[in-house]
Amino acid sequence: MNTVSIIVLVVLAILTLVQVMRISEVSSEIQGGKDNEVSEKDNDTQGRLMLLVGMGFVISVLVMYFSWGRLSLPEPSSAHGSEIDGLWNVSMLIINIVFFIVQPILFYFAYKYRGKKGTKAVHFAHNNKLELFWTVVPALALAVLIIWGLNVWSTLMMPENDEEPIVIELYAQQFNWTVRYSGSDNALGFASVYDIEGANILGVDTQDAASADDIVTKELHLPVGKPVSFQFRAQDVIHSAYFPHFRAQMNCVPGATTNFQFTPTITTAEIRQNKDVKRHVEEVNAIRTAKGEDVWDFNYVLLCNKICGAAHYNMQMDIIVETEDEYKAWLNEQKTVAETL
Amino acid sequence: MSTKSTENPHFQDHLMEHHHEENFFTKYIFTMDHKMIGKQFLVTGMFMGIIGVMMSMLFRLELAYPEQSFPILEFFLGKWAPDGVMSPDIYLALVTIHGTIMVFFVLTAGLSGTFSNLLIPLQIGARDMASGFLNALSYWFFAMSSIVMVVSLFVESGPASAGWTVYPPLSALPQAMPGSGAGMTLWLISMTLFIVGSLLGSLNYIVTVLNMRTKGMSMTRLPLTIWAFLVTAVLGVLSFPVLLSAALLLMFDRLLGTSFYLSDIFMGGEVLSYSGGSPVLYQHLFWFLGHPEVYIILLPALGISSEVIATNARKPIFGYRAMVGSILAIAFLSFIVWGHHMFITGMNPFLGSVFTFTTLLIAIPSAVKAFNYITTLWKGNIQYTPAMMFSIGLVSTFVTGGLTGVILGDSALDINVHDTYFVVAHFHIVMGLSAIFGMFAGVYHWYPKMYGRMMNKSMGYAHFWLTFITAYGVFFPMHFLGMAGLPRRYYSNTAFPMFDNLADINVLITYFAIIGGIAQLIFIFNFFYSIWRGPKASQNPWKANSLEWTTPVEHLHGNWPGEIPVVHRWAYDYSKPGAEEDFIPQNVPLAEGEESGH
Repeated sequence: MNTVSIIVLVVLAILTLVQVMRISEVSSEIQGGKDNEVSEKDNDTQGRLMLLVGMGFVISVLVMYFSWGRLSLPEPSSAHGSEIDGLWNVSMLIINIVFFIVQPILFYFAYKYRGKKGTKAVHFAHNNKLELFWTVVPALALAVLIIWGLNVWSTLMMPENDEEPIVIELYAQQFNWTVRYSGSDNALGFASVYDIEGANILGVDTQDAASADDIVTKELHLPVGKPVSFQFRAQDVIHSAYFPHFRAQMNCVPGATTNFQFTPTITTAEIRQNKDVKRHVEEVNAIRTAKGEDVWDFNYVLLCNKICGAAHYNMQMDIIVETEDEYKAWLNEQKTVAETL
Repeated sequence: MSTKSTENPHFQDHLMEHHHEENFFTKYIFTMDHKMIGKQFLVTGMFMGIIGVMMSMLFRLELAYPEQSFPILEFFLGKWAPDGVMSPDIYLALVTIHGTIMVFFVLTAGLSGTFSNLLIPLQIGARDMASGFLNALSYWFFAMSSIVMVVSLFVESGPASAGWTVYPPLSALPQAMPGSGAGMTLWLISMTLFIVGSLLGSLNYIVTVLNMRTKGMSMTRLPLTIWAFLVTAVLGVLSFPVLLSAALLLMFDRLLGTSFYLSDIFMGGEVLSYSGGSPVLYQHLFWFLGHPEVYIILLPALGISSEVIATNARKPIFGYRAMVGSILAIAFLSFIVWGHHMFITGMNPFLGSVFTFTTLLIAIPSAVKAFNYITTLWKGNIQYTPAMMFSIGLVSTFVTGGLTGVILGDSALDINVHDTYFVVAHFHIVMGLSAIFGMFAGVYHWYPKMYGRMMNKSMGYAHFWLTFITAYGVFFPMHFLGMAGLPRRYYSNTAFPMFDNLADINVLITYFAIIGGIAQLIFIFNFFYSIWRGPKASQNPWKANSLEWTTPVEHLHGNWPGEIPVVHRWAYDYSKPGAEEDFIPQNVPLAEGEESGH
């Protein structure tokens, strides 16, 4: 019944619209106006609206920066993160300068040169100097960004290490993460999906000498100030290990091993004292208590950022960055592969 | 060579004699007339567009109010929304099919199919496409592909759900998710048909533009629309076959047990018998099409807006040669940037450097285009037709969205915003909005040519303002979600307390999305109402220069009743000093002592 009445309403609404259109067309014909030709009044109204709405858009972008700028991720918690953020800030500055110059000019011209009877446009077909100017200026700005960007990219991808990085495997499957520490020899034992059996969920080859001291956990603890070389594997579909607070991300691809290295610089305890993080936590907890949900305490988090199936949106793991002593103490409590398998 | 058809009087007679009686089927359905085929593409594209936009409204509802019950969801989704709560599986299916439909069916076939077919013969001065039969075939492949795609929505296990890029292994293994079952097979069949149709169309466009221009229509006198359609067709011919092969190999992996993309997979308690393949290979093949595809979508919109802006600013397009040059530069570069979609797949970091370099170069020709549009407005006499409004909207979105490309194209910066809402904001603004604005501009501008009637301008204005405001309202705030680290394709953000304070923005975006979606009804109503009831159009309602406005309002097979007009000038002699009117059509001979720019 409900559906029928909705359909009847829609049909009536369309019929009404048709009649209104007919009336307006007939009345404009009677007044002798050539219907639907753009009149000087239209040009004036629409030209003014262009300025009004256009500037409104530009101003609302400013408002968004002021009210939502705080939502951005807090300061980076990795050594390379500040390089990325430095490049990010300069790139953002450049594109914002262009945005706040070009958009107002566009809407101002749209208003200023709205059609008026009796005026004629200026026949201005090309100007080589002008065109050269706005080819060269973007080219120069981009040259700076390209060179800087490539420098940052190479330091990220080919880091020079003063000390040997800790090797840790992150293993992705629908829909959870598993960690394998390489243990005292800092070498991961061979593993493959063909060796998955029972409790050996990562398919670690127990015959491989390097695997004996490996430690498999469901928690990711990292020591502060130590470079960590992550090896990523996936067992079923592609996943992506996304560490937003560390400005790090790498896909996990079935049949291949990928890697990414970074050095955490701020412990979980320290970042919780960061004023941006504190404000974020307060804001979130205000919302959560209003809804009757548990209070949240900030934790670094690892997300899956490549569509991997129904529960993709909830494939996560907390990351705990702690002092080296705490890290070693925690690691010593964990059982090795030799002990468990 | 270029004027062969017009010099051969028998060929013309042959075409003109084709005035046999036409019934409904030969006129509207199995037509070989390029104007009717263009309209077929448009109406089919609009139909698919309605589905695509409605899907986005449904998943926006779920994103604003996660896991809440809405009777409307159960009405549309049935078993996929038990008690009105959308399931994660159908959420992924909706975003997948929304992307597929909007990218391929609306903005590729609906945009370039419609306007290439309508305008290429009319603007170059040809009686029809080089091959009317291939042209009809191209539409029919598209129509079949649309039907298969719509059918795939109704299969038991649900439509394809692996994202519009359908990366294997997720898309290859039916046990990975329900949407990778029969729905995925139909998706691949649909895309295969689509690609065949697209290739037939593109070859036809290229041949027609190169060989069938009327006397005097040199390449440098072509309207920029034709340049855009030509280069788009070349891009399509070179890149779509690669997607075809990617799709076929994926089909082999799914149905025949090959291992092109699959290796060492453990699923459902057992190791699957695939080895030696690489999922990253698929991504290379996909994006080898996928990136040119962005320009297959965008270039026709830019061509349309060049034409509309010049006509309605009553000025020549500024820097015609630079505009052509930048189209060619963008097209060339678009083939060597695909890896910027894959910076974090683990490919060799050196490749990342190369792709960063080539990607950021695209900003240069893009900037030239944007500045040239703005200079065309400068000291113009702007006539605010609805088409002109949408074209100015296009320039705005092209600038806004293009700028964030400078961030995403930089491999070092991409790491932290890859696959977040920052990307969603970027490509929807620069490609989605710009292209759809260009498409609307084209419909409003050439409606009189298509249907011999005018669309209502007041409704056009209302449609533009509602669309423009809500479009930015939907996509601009997404930049901030991305900068907060929010990944795309999440069914719900409630699993991460760190995103709780983004919920308000998601609600706001959904309001804009729903208003914007409903506002499209104005357009649809105006479109269909005006077909029958719109005021009759005059021959050249916008006082434009290009050849399509020299044809009679009534459609006839062969386009011109007599001789094909001869071209004496370029398409942009607007407000030329010394001329009485502020436009001089291309078929008007040069006055004595008049200098020809082109």
